[in-house]
Amino acid sequence: MSTTATQKAGFGSVLWDYLTTVDHKKIAILYLIGGMFFFLLGGLQAMLIRIQLIAPDNEFISAQFYNEVLTMHGTTMIFLAAMPLLFALMNAVLPLQIGARDVAFPFVNALGFWLFLFGGLFLNVSWFTGGAPDAGWTAYAPLSIFSEGHGVDYYALGLQISGFGTLMGGINFIVTVVNMRGPGMTYMRMPLFTWTAFIASVLILFAFPALTVGLFLLTFDRLFGANFFNPDMGGNVIIWEHLFWIFGHPEVYILILPAFGVFSEVIPTFSKKRLFGYSSMVFATILIAFLGFMVWAHHMFTVGLGPIANSIFAVATMAIAVPTGIKIFNWLFTLWGGSIRMTSPMVFALGFIPTFTIGGMTGVMLASAAADFQYHDSYFVVAHFHYVIVGGVVLGIFAGLIYWWPKMFGTFLNEKLNHWFFWLFFIGFHLTFFFQHFLGLMGMPRRYWKFLEDQGLDLFNLISTIGAFFMAIGTLVFLYNVVMTQMKGEKVSGDPWDARTLEWGIPSPPPFYNFKQEPLTRGLDPLWIEKMQGNGELQPAEPLGDIHMPNRSFTPFMISLGLFIAAFGVMYQGGMWILAGVGFAITFGSMLYRSLKDDVGYHVHKEELEEKGDGSNG
Amino acid sequence: MAEDVLKSGDLPENPERATLEGRNKFMGFWFFLGGETVLFASLFGTYLALRNSNAGGATGSEIFGLELVFIMTMLLLTSSLTSVYAMYHMKNNDFKKMQLWLGITVLLGLGFLGMEIYEFVHYVHDYEFGYTTSAFSSAFYTLVGFHGGHVAFGLLWIVALMIRNAKRGLNLYNAPKFYIASLYWHFIDVVWVFIFTVVYLMGKVG
Amino acid sequence: MADNTNSVEHTEKKEFYKKKHREHMKHQVVTFVMMIAFTLIAFGLVIAEVDAMFTIPIILVLAGVQVLFQLYYFMHMSEEGHQWPAAMIYSGIFAAVLTVLSLTTIVWW
Repeated sequence: MSTTATQKAGFGSVLWDYLTTVDHKKIAILYLIGGMFFFLLGGLQAMLIRIQLIAPDNEFISAQFYNEVLTMHGTTMIFLAAMPLLFALMNAVLPLQIGARDVAFPFVNALGFWLFLFGGLFLNVSWFTGGAPDAGWTAYAPLSIFSEGHGVDYYALGLQISGFGTLMGGINFIVTVVNMRGPGMTYMRMPLFTWTAFIASVLILFAFPALTVGLFLLTFDRLFGANFFNPDMGGNVIIWEHLFWIFGHPEVYILILPAFGVFSEVIPTFSKKRLFGYSSMVFATILIAFLGFMVWAHHMFTVGLGPIANSIFAVATMAIAVPTGIKIFNWLFTLWGGSIRMTSPMVFALGFIPTFTIGGMTGVMLASAAADFQYHDSYFVVAHFHYVIVGGVVLGIFAGLIYWWPKMFGTFLNEKLNHWFFWLFFIGFHLTFFFQHFLGLMGMPRRYWKFLEDQGLDLFNLISTIGAFFMAIGTLVFLYNVVMTQMKGEKVSGDPWDARTLEWGIPSPPPFYNFKQEPLTRGLDPLWIEKMQGNGELQPAEPLGDIHMPNRSFTPFMISLGLFIAAFGVMYQGGMWILAGVGFAITFGSMLYRSLKDDVGYHVHKEELEEKGDGSNG
Repeated sequence: MAEDVLKSGDLPENPERATLEGRNKFMGFWFFLGGETVLFASLFGTYLALRNSNAGGATGSEIFGLELVFIMTMLLLTSSLTSVYAMYHMKNNDFKKMQLWLGITVLLGLGFLGMEIYEFVHYVHDYEFGYTTSAFSSAFYTLVGFHGGHVAFGLLWIVALMIRNAKRGLNLYNAPKFYIASLYWHFIDVVWVFIFTVVYLMGKVG
Repeated sequence: MADNTNSVEHTEKKEFYKKKHREHMKHQVVTFVMMIAFTLIAFGLVIAEVDAMFTIPIILVLAGVQVLFQLYYFMHMSEEGHQWPAAMIYSGIFAAVLTVLSLTTIVWW
């Protein structure tokens, strides 16, 4: 039952291992591979967009294809790249950071990944079956209702499947934090990444159900003749906008909060100081989450909700700048007087602070409802959200990946190449998006296939496209770095960064049971405390004993596969209904199997642990 | 030992929360219900936005019959009490009585579901009030149907648990499962309280 | 698990819990009776065709109280160890109220 990861295994057994794994560290790697794949796909789509817009009146791709690429770029990047990459980081380090041997629901965790993957694959099957979704990533009704072909059906069903997965992942992390914290790990001793992941999971719990309902309504309208968004039959298209943004606005905080958490780990580590204002950071995180639920209608200022509604949402939106400002200042004060090491995660963090602040400032500009009538649906908005999402989330993801790479894989990415990656990506990013602010103010609308010459838009669009190439090259440098590092496979110690939190007190990569003995947490930054006041090693809080572990399972894969198959049946109907029957039978059959078969896990015995030697204090 | 949780016999005071797995299930399921609250709120909101959009089709006050809804409400409310009885016997480690009360719960739930199906068929046949008739009809069937779907799933769940554990009795492994199934059943009742109030009673008042 | 060394105390403890559960169950039945009463009042108001301005707020409040009964008594949220469940349910209710409020007020009609 117990596997020894160190032994060289054949391809088949490795594949089977990953198909059936319930180990959060392996699920993290799965999320990383899946998320990276979709990140590259979304990046490719971005390049197509930018090449199309390199010159006025360009005919590089057709208008219809442009709409599809544009829609899929947004959908892919948000749902299939950013979310899973953050889930990869959370899975890799959250349990380690709180001194837990596992997550609360290992099985559900695996199920969450497979649902995400099959949902994402389902969405992308549309490329080969007559056209991808083409109604924008927001799929506003009635455009999404009257969009021809099956593109938007793929959108609704694919996101539905992957959305279930995200919801499950979120619940898993909430319960992990509430129930699984190790000895001495009180809430106010949790590292900030754990805090932000926790709060983001709470947001997932309350935001995703609104998307679930919205997507169901869209599906029923398109496939079963319902009339939710059909004004002829009394339907109301604003319902979709509300439901989408009740989900959609918390979603951007779901993305950015864990990125904030990454920087709150990186900056103290490489400043050799504890995080400035820890409790205010926690408070600001919670406040952002709370306010984040009351601002969604700022995406709908031009809908005509009336001045009162617009004012309320404008004020609430501006209020979010306060807790965000608290965070920015706390990071700056952490840097202040620290002994700073310019490692690559730190460089990402330093690049993030000004970039994100610019994005935040344009956010406050957009929050002003009256002014928003001017900015709305222009490239100004495109520039704004790329500044916060790329400048915040993507920089955060890469900082986190580089920072925790040794912990995930036991190898160390080449620092020189990381710096190259950063500078190419960072300069490219600003070239691409800074000028889009002005394009927007000059009146260029977003989502347009073409622009005409002699309107003063040529130069900035050209610069923007050149910047996009820089970003692409930067990403390729990172990929090259990953491949070279893994090929070389040089092993590193448990704590290569001289860091502060629990996960660095165990070997890299950690044994599958994480901690041989549960570590004792004596305060914030527990490993640092042991380095300063103890012998530099985590102190065990329990005698060596048997460790309970969950059994591996193929059922999560089958449940997700069933939904994948069933979705085709639901979409094509007619003779294809049989697929729905087969798919749902697989899904519910697997669920029933899971429910009826006892699965109590197994124990790693004390004797085995003693033999292995390298334990929690490697 | 891992298999210890499968032994029936003496159980602690709160068997559903005696093991870490049990505590996790308990917490996770409560949190899931928090999410379900938003799910149903979205459906209720949609329904309320469209309740007067009958597009020439039947309106709520024309078709809703309060007698049927009243009986359905009584069935579901009573089934909520019977599942409380089942959990009462679970805490007393009296497996037979727990199964009995769960059985009664299932019967009441089946009665509810049967009447709901009858109601839908009745609307479609006697009032030509189909799913695609109007925005109102779509919203009505979706909201009430989602609840009905939850009832059906809950019934299958409880029956599966009853059959699976019929021979071996209560233990620390299945006690949390029974407990969260009963939480789910109560939540279904919570939603129904709002459905009969917001959909039927307010629909009748107009 | 079995307390063999002190079985007398053990059975006493069991008896104590049984009694406690019985007491508890009585409360549950009282709760149930009140819920039935609330339901009757709500249906009665509508059947008696009392003015809508009066009926609608009343039946909504009755529904709210019934739900609190369900949560606190039937679902045991009043017992210890339910702080997190309560926090999450109330957060859910918060998001739910915002959702319903906006979909009933700012949707163009």
